[in-house]
Amino acid sequence: MRLFERDKGDIMNFDFSDDQKMLKEQVRKFLADKCPMSVTRRVLDGDEPYAKEVWKGLVEMGLTGTAIPEEFGGLGLGALELCVIAEELGRAAAPVPFSSSIYLAAEAIKLFGTQKQKQAWLPKLASGEIVGALAVSEGTHTAHPRNIETKFAGGKVSGVKQPVTDGGAADVAIVAVNTGGSGEQTISLAIVDLKAGGISAEPVRTIDPSREHVTLAFKDAPAEILGGKQGEGWSQLSRVLDGAAVLFAFEQVGGAEAALEMARDYALERYAFGRQIGSYQAIKHKLADMYVKKELAKSNAYFGAMMLNDEGAELTEAASASRIAGSDAYVFAAQENIQTHGGIGYTWESDCQFHYRRAKLLALTIGAPIQWKEKLVSRLEAKNAA
Amino acid sequence: MDFNDTTEEAAYRAQVRAWLDKNAIRKENARDIAPPKDLDELIAQSKAWQAKKADAGYACITWPKEWGGGGGTTINNVIYGQEESKYAVPGGIFAIGLGMCIPTVMAWGSDEAKQRFVGPAVRGDEIWCQLFSEPAGGSDVAGLRTRAEKDGDEWVINGQKVWTSGAHFCDYGILLTRTDPNVPKHKGLTMFWIDMKDPAVEVRPIKQMSGGAEFNEVFFTNLRVKDSQRLGNPGDGWKVALTTLMNERLAVGGSQGNADTDDLIELARETDIAGEPAIRHGGVRERIADWYVQAQGLKFTRFRTLTALSRGETPGPESSISKIVAAKKMQDLGSFGMDLQDMGGVIRDRKLSPAEGAYTEQWIGAAGYRIAGGTDEILRNIVAERVLGLPGEIRVDKDLPFNQAPKGK
Repeated sequence: MRLFERDKGDIMNFDFSDDQKMLKEQVRKFLADKCPMSVTRRVLDGDEPYAKEVWKGLVEMGLTGTAIPEEFGGLGLGALELCVIAEELGRAAAPVPFSSSIYLAAEAIKLFGTQKQKQAWLPKLASGEIVGALAVSEGTHTAHPRNIETKFAGGKVSGVKQPVTDGGAADVAIVAVNTGGSGEQTISLAIVDLKAGGISAEPVRTIDPSREHVTLAFKDAPAEILGGKQGEGWSQLSRVLDGAAVLFAFEQVGGAEAALEMARDYALERYAFGRQIGSYQAIKHKLADMYVKKELAKSNAYFGAMMLNDEGAELTEAASASRIAGSDAYVFAAQENIQTHGGIGYTWESDCQFHYRRAKLLALTIGAPIQWKEKLVSRLEAKNAA
Repeated sequence: MDFNDTTEEAAYRAQVRAWLDKNAIRKENARDIAPPKDLDELIAQSKAWQAKKADAGYACITWPKEWGGGGGTTINNVIYGQEESKYAVPGGIFAIGLGMCIPTVMAWGSDEAKQRFVGPAVRGDEIWCQLFSEPAGGSDVAGLRTRAEKDGDEWVINGQKVWTSGAHFCDYGILLTRTDPNVPKHKGLTMFWIDMKDPAVEVRPIKQMSGGAEFNEVFFTNLRVKDSQRLGNPGDGWKVALTTLMNERLAVGGSQGNADTDDLIELARETDIAGEPAIRHGGVRERIADWYVQAQGLKFTRFRTLTALSRGETPGPESSISKIVAAKKMQDLGSFGMDLQDMGGVIRDRKLSPAEGAYTEQWIGAAGYRIAGGTDEILRNIVAERVLGLPGEIRVDKDLPFNQAPKGK
């Protein structure tokens, strides 16, 4: 599948290819069929870490191996395919560990792992046989080289990561660790086999129980450094998060679109004072604003996709902009969806809550928007000075 | 996904560039515009430039050659627009005529009218304006009251238009009138073309809040027009007007002249908050990020639209967001740039102010831009109704004869 072929006469080729759109449609149909909101509700209400049957279906479609090279058991496609998949996972608010395992763990290993590390982990992540996770956060503050306390020494990791998305279900984690030294060079990324011992996982109660979160405590857990060289973790992490920011943005665009459609449908069926509530400008303009934010997010995410696929020079700016616009669009759509529904939207039986929870979860998981704004402006400042 | 020209496009672009290099002066930066001239000089220069373009096939690029156009594609037009924006050339005074009025004449006018008017308009010999809005009909254009009454083979027109851009220098105009007040408002309208130099037409410039006077009030006192000046059937004026409004050109230029986030970063380096460079202040940084993301969102939304056009597809509705976002951003960014200058922000002088006074100018201008060509509120209605499928506004006058519908003073 060679993507983004250009027809003669296109001045602008800023769109996904027909093959990619077809893939998107397949994922959408599968999720509409196998992963309706009742599945998200079931995971949120119950004890299972994720919807295993949905995960199995995604694996069988080959989606987990999409962007993993063929030599490591994947399909060898690009970031653009992952983007269309992400948009559909977001639309469904799917309760599966796809982002942790693929956008984060697999991408980190693919980008920075040694040949041996890739051989050890990528085929199993591609086949969905195992699940991966990323463990950076250490509590209620922003992770920074100054404050990451989890230590790596003598091939062993000790410390506490909290919260870790999918950390209970995961078989392998990429863990940000302190390996000594100064500044950014104190940080390395360690690959930790979570089934090898020295690790305990305690569930953490979060705003979105449809996705599993745990506290991971490492006590002399065997580990190795990603790529084999210490001190490069902070810049590696930054690159991994840039890629993930684009993919999360597609999830956010999908989620924002779903929340907007829910609000629109309700505004058409609900009557107040003898009229559809969607006939009042207060509601019409609110929904128009949801649409505007969603389209700004989508356009930014498209550029993010292009930069990610090409490993372009503007990846960081594009990823930051994708992340900022995506978070804004989804959080706004999810909260105003509840507002449009009125009281019924605040009940446990309403599906509005899933987007409200997921939108905020996605906006915080790989760094809050304010952190990305700082990253973006630092880049713009440097470019402006140049 | 890429932004590269195909071979054909690259060749066209090279040809356009070579022609522009030979015939115009390249701008050094986006705000590098020729100093304001007096109106006569601006019109003379604009006409000369338009004639030159017409000779080279760059005026009305997508129109057939038999009408004086360039016989090119939409994409040729986009490429030309992108390239021309890099040169200091006069522009703008033909936009309404060629973008809206002449397409309406071409769609609804008699063969005679088409033969008479299209060529001179393309060459810039004659300038057109659009006479729709009235004191009683702004957002609600169909509420207009200018009367046209049949008198033999002529119509007699009395009434007033407002916000008519360029009426003070235009030669002709298309005029929407009420010909039947006894039927509901959309049904009693009729369109004509008129001679703006007729003594029964009086043009009074409106001085804007910004100090400029780009648009006018236009009064008609027993203006007599021939029935052959009618565009479309009597009573079909609303249908004709929709042709005009749908012909609004795809904007390709962006908002040249306005300050952007790069300007703001520079300004924030040079100004202080509590004795520290403003650029170090979190509030400043967050705003820079937000406006950058908006600007990028608009730019790439335009690219999505262009992609559809270039493939011969109908663009999606996403382009409808652009003015809603751009106008408010223009106002907010201008206002914030003034805040950074603290009390100095009150100064309105190109020479004394940063970014050649762009912040104050866009702050003043945006108050009008948020209204012109569809207010923020009307545009949100359009998105809600046409894109999201929400119900139209309740129109209490919809089925009433116009002369029985409730009206203000």
